[in-house]
Amino acid sequence: MSEVLANEQVAEGVYRLAVAGQFAGTMGQFYMLRAWDRYPLLSRPLSIFNVTAEYVEFLYLVAGEGTEMFSKLRKGDSISLEGPLGNGFSRPSGKTAFVGGGIGIAPFYYALGQIPDADVYLGFSREAYMVDEFRAGTTGQVVVNVGGIILDEVDFNAYDTIIACGPHKMLEAVQRKQADSGTKAEVYVSLENRMACGIGACLVCSVQCRDGRKKACADGPVFRAEEVVFA
Amino acid sequence: MMDMSCNIAGVHFKNPVVMASGTFGFGKEYGNYYDLNLLGGISGKGLTLHPKEGNSGIRVYETASGLLNSVGLENPGIPMFLREECPRWEGLDTARIVNLGGNTLQDYVDGALMIEQDEAARRREGRSAIDMIELNISCPNVKAGGMAYGIKTETAREVVREIRAVTSLPLVVKLSPNAEDIVGMAVMCETEGADGISLVNTFSAMKIDIRNRRSVFDNLYAGLSGPAIKPIALRMVHQVSRAVSIPVMGMGGISSAEDIVEFIMAGAAVIQVGTFNFINLRAGKELIEGLEQFMMEQKVNSLDEIRGIL
Repeated sequence: MSEVLANEQVAEGVYRLAVAGQFAGTMGQFYMLRAWDRYPLLSRPLSIFNVTAEYVEFLYLVAGEGTEMFSKLRKGDSISLEGPLGNGFSRPSGKTAFVGGGIGIAPFYYALGQIPDADVYLGFSREAYMVDEFRAGTTGQVVVNVGGIILDEVDFNAYDTIIACGPHKMLEAVQRKQADSGTKAEVYVSLENRMACGIGACLVCSVQCRDGRKKACADGPVFRAEEVVFA
Repeated sequence: MMDMSCNIAGVHFKNPVVMASGTFGFGKEYGNYYDLNLLGGISGKGLTLHPKEGNSGIRVYETASGLLNSVGLENPGIPMFLREECPRWEGLDTARIVNLGGNTLQDYVDGALMIEQDEAARRREGRSAIDMIELNISCPNVKAGGMAYGIKTETAREVVREIRAVTSLPLVVKLSPNAEDIVGMAVMCETEGADGISLVNTFSAMKIDIRNRRSVFDNLYAGLSGPAIKPIALRMVHQVSRAVSIPVMGMGGISSAEDIVEFIMAGAAVIQVGTFNFINLRAGKELIEGLEQFMMEQKVNSLDEIRGIL
């Protein structure tokens, strides 16, 4: 069991949670969190927003019963974490762009710790959040779009590596844009499938890939964009 | 010295905690969290002769105290399992159970034969990776497959008979709670020579996305597991245990040592733990410890003292 350090609302329905302790993790990995005993049954996967020597942070959107319960946590409350889990991003080469849609921006803040000159594209449907933090975290440019299509702002031919996280429709568009632009960049997507065990045993987060089924939790959540078969 | 052990058709279970098929992979992942050799047994992910991709769309949805799943028997196929997983299973000191599924009768038979021959060859060399087959006639996810076999006793009889004829490995038949007559089904299995019964698989169930006016699951129905089904599963285990003389593996929503005791009192020889593995990655280890604690507190020296007392 770990202890909640802070859980502050940063936008409507969006919270930044800090949990005390020494936690490991590379960029793009996630933890399974639960802040309750029995119900809801499943823990919730949240990607790492930040790790320091004293705490780990998560940025999450209230989307259902579990995240609703997270949103009510206060300093000093108990929470249990399993992780870090998943493959994360391998270290990008060359000029890098991070493209986040909505709460999909979460994994990129921590990634800037290792790629401090990456360009960051943040797309929001209604309200921007965490923009100042991202601006402070990179020497590259930070492009923000509210209500439009963030992907339209990204020149796929201007980068060596592009990593995107966001809604399925956005990631599908990333795959299309990769093909249409003829870019030579390595393009990755980070998936947010529903999970149960989080460790690769139950197969509920299965992803259809060109060479068969893969597990979002253990083989991913980061995949090469061209590898994923979007339904 | 407390005795939690049990013997099913010559297979030794050091304790009654067996990990249920479909929730435990082939054990590898959970082996990072505790020593798998602590377990009474492991029933591996359900296998079919050929690899299966499983169902499309959302595969999991939580309900009040329950879990709906629609994995659809995604698995690497029996040959891949024998090649890739069995070498590791050889080194396990726990009852190793292969869960066998199939879309057609021929698939079942060919799969069972392949397992039988592979294990026989291993045993000729003084090795072993498989202790038992758990025949899955009940997976409710596969269209025109598991569902039909596990519902009607006479349809299931054909599969059980054919599999019994081709394997000398201990054979346990896993029953669906959706069976028309679950007691009749169990009695049929015993008559056809099964060495044991396991029950229950998931309950066929449904969830509707009312805003999009469609089922949440591409496959329409899904299988319900978890604490929500426990009281019904317990009743079924009780009825079946009274009706047959072969051992019963009881399961359905078990998530505490107290739950295990209930199933044993209802007549189960051993129990299986499924959904709870997702809630607690160290479930196996902690349940065994909890059961020891219970036996100590209640001065139970052997589970035989409380097995089937109702």
